[in-house]
Amino acid sequence: MNFEFSEDQVLLKNQIRRALDDHCRSADVRQILESDSPHDSQLWRVLCEMGVQGTAIDDSLGGAGAGYLELCVVAEELGRALAPVPFSSSIFLAVEALKVAANNEQKLALLPGLASGEKIGTLAAWEINGPLQPDTIAMRWEEGVLNGRKILVPDGDVADVAIVIARDDEGLSLFAVDLTDSGVTRETLETIDPSRNFSTLTFNAVAGQRLGDAGDGWNLLEQVLNRAAVLVAFEQIGGAQRALEMATDYAQERYAFGRPIGSFQAVKHMLADMYVDLELARSNCYYGAWALSTDADELPLAAATARVSATQAFQHCSKNNIQTHGGMGFTWEFDCHLFYRRSNLLAVLLGGQSVWKDRLVSQLESSDAA
Amino acid sequence: MNFDDTPQEAEFRSSVRHWIDDNAPKYLLPYLEKASFATMDLGDYNANDESKAWRKKKFDAGWACLSWPQEYGGVGASPIERVIWQQEEGHYAALGGLFTIGEGMCGPTVMSYASEGQKKRYLPKLAAGEEVWCQLFSEPGSGSDLAGLRTKAERDGDDWVINGQKIWTSGAHHSDYGMLITRTDPSVAKHQGLTMFFLSMKSPGVEIRPIKQANGQSGFNEVYFTDVRIPDAQRLGEVGNGWSVSLTTLMNERLSIGGSMPTGFPEMLALVKSLQTGEGLAIKDKAVRDKLADWHCRTSGLKYTSSRMISALSRGETPGPEASIGKLVAGSMMQDMSMVALDLQDLSGILVDPELAELSARFQAMLLRSPATRVEGGTDEILRNIIAERVLGLPGDIRADKGMAFSDIPTGR
Ligand SMILES: Cc1cc2nc3c(=O)[nH]c(=O)nc-3n(C[C@H](O)[C@H](O)[C@H](O)COP(=O)(O)OP(=O)(O)OC[C@H]3O[C@@H](n4cnc5c(N)ncnc54)[C@H](O)[C@@H]3O)c2cc1C
Repeated sequence: MNFEFSEDQVLLKNQIRRALDDHCRSADVRQILESDSPHDSQLWRVLCEMGVQGTAIDDSLGGAGAGYLELCVVAEELGRALAPVPFSSSIFLAVEALKVAANNEQKLALLPGLASGEKIGTLAAWEINGPLQPDTIAMRWEEGVLNGRKILVPDGDVADVAIVIARDDEGLSLFAVDLTDSGVTRETLETIDPSRNFSTLTFNAVAGQRLGDAGDGWNLLEQVLNRAAVLVAFEQIGGAQRALEMATDYAQERYAFGRPIGSFQAVKHMLADMYVDLELARSNCYYGAWALSTDADELPLAAATARVSATQAFQHCSKNNIQTHGGMGFTWEFDCHLFYRRSNLLAVLLGGQSVWKDRLVSQLESSDAA
Repeated sequence: MNFDDTPQEAEFRSSVRHWIDDNAPKYLLPYLEKASFATMDLGDYNANDESKAWRKKKFDAGWACLSWPQEYGGVGASPIERVIWQQEEGHYAALGGLFTIGEGMCGPTVMSYASEGQKKRYLPKLAAGEEVWCQLFSEPGSGSDLAGLRTKAERDGDDWVINGQKIWTSGAHHSDYGMLITRTDPSVAKHQGLTMFFLSMKSPGVEIRPIKQANGQSGFNEVYFTDVRIPDAQRLGEVGNGWSVSLTTLMNERLSIGGSMPTGFPEMLALVKSLQTGEGLAIKDKAVRDKLADWHCRTSGLKYTSSRMISALSRGETPGPEASIGKLVAGSMMQDMSMVALDLQDLSGILVDPELAELSARFQAMLLRSPATRVEGGTDEILRNIIAERVLGLPGDIRADKGMAFSDIPTGR
């Protein structure tokens, strides 16, 4: 058994961390948080130059031809640095949707642009406030064009391409849509984490092309979400790890009653519990990475498990990081709130926890695995 | 990243599997399958006799104490081979409970500190299960604060004379030998005046009194020492160095990973998949699903944490204090789960008769046993301290007894 990342993968991790240390400091994240810029285009270009976007895309399609384990390593570092770039939208969602659903011709047309980072992709699924269900999707596909409205589209202001789920008489299907079409209107949304962009897209007779079989859209979307869940879970444990480190450092340096606050058991035990949740989540993420990289039958269970435990670990670490910092933790100036915001954004990014828990238990119901 | 055996490991696994298949006491399997949560009931078979017989059989075939050197009764197998053995032994591992403390803690300490002659005399018999060992550490006044112990050892010629009391000694009533930590000098700071010995549990002046546990069973004991004589040759380590000797023992406890900690989750899943509540199967209930998902995540997290540790082992690394999380997570999870399981059974949740209660009353046994998991071998609070201090590097607790001579330290209950 070898249940850890290889030396090369660790080297990659270090390389990404160094690049992010230089180009994605907290000041850079705050720049996006506090301005109207939807993302950090300079950082995006740095990642392009390093070829990071194409990590898990075939070299025949313009990628680096490495695998999902490498992509997981990248995701963890992006999460740790709170990178304000459309990476998850473009790579975890749009690219994965194309890999799952597109035919060869469509892949050849769309993947190279996303692989190089020249083009940015996203997924447009939600139409109403509340959980995504087949019957919440009203967007119509008729006579070769889409009409309707998608809300809460991640990086909707900067994306060039969207994967859209919409219906016609045959049911739900996925479509690839060029967002530069003049029938697309974009409207920025304000969210709990302005370091990431969300917007509403309105389609007025916008052309698109169907991905996969007509009527298979929901099934394909579930596959995409499972794959994205593993990758986002790595982003989450990256953020959780950093929040735990911040809290641990502060607990050593801050004194109260003549001693470091980290010598109070209430604080020590709080930090120990954060560590435990993070370790469990990390192990579940590794399992998810294994399932994703081997396309294992257990992927739906592994993905939901990684997703639920990484969500909990990041929320747990980010909220108690604030608690450890006391009043300082509630200032705009300290970075604690950046992690708190991001953890709560990622917690619902691919659908909320109760939805993922339900998916997890459905997998347990249908298998004998425990 | 993969879960595959190397060709060498696969070969080892297959030979283990064949041997177990040909030799295991299959007639006990129906009992052993139900033997979770410290309730090993072998019906008309005698548990100690069966445990010893299986152990002896393994020893004769070269499968006992796998990682010990050959000259002391082991086979010098690699840590990863030991893990493979544990995985393959499956339900029969329940027959090993009698020997866990001997193999996992006493044996390694004897190996580090006893004379060559003693190692040759005691270790093979321990490995063969012919002699059972126990650990005489905790006292009425010192559990978590082990170094506060007061059982006295005084030098008398070539012997030491022991007076005092130990408590919570698991298996003392079945044991032939014990590892005993004593105070030899109360005038120095508490960690400095300790000395370790081993002794025959049949020595004159040793009195063993079983304690009836909260769950009605009697696995642990009080052990009284009245003028018990131990030859100086049975001292382990230097006089006054007992604390660091005890750390060897406690560290080895952590190494016994691999056969990952039972959590009771498979039983829970089986229960909610079969139990009818007023509104259909329990697993269809939203509140049940919510909790089930949490417990699955923790169980799965522990399973793959153990896979990560096994990977580290196979690279020759030693697991550190991070191994403490298994018991910390599993203990309170078992307790929570058993309470929910009883609740789902409604009033019939109070039944302990295996014929009448759901799943042969496994959850009732788990309810009554799980408090001990959160105490034995380091309480939840001590484990959190270990994680905070040794993994995260936070400062140690401030000690009221720091630098004091042991005899000046205040005591309470
Ligand atoms: C089933 C079972 C089997 C056992 N088998 C053996 C055996 O074979 N050999 C042996 O030597 N011992 C054995 N023990 C004893 C066990 O190691 C001790 O019970 C354990 O270490 C706790 O010590 P204590 O009972 O004295 O509790 P105490 O140390 O008195 O603890 C009481 C409470 O105070 C808390 N506490 C204590 N110190 C601190 C601190 N510094 N910070 C925060 N909280 C603290 C504890 O967490 C606990 O909640 C066994 C115990 C059990 C339950």
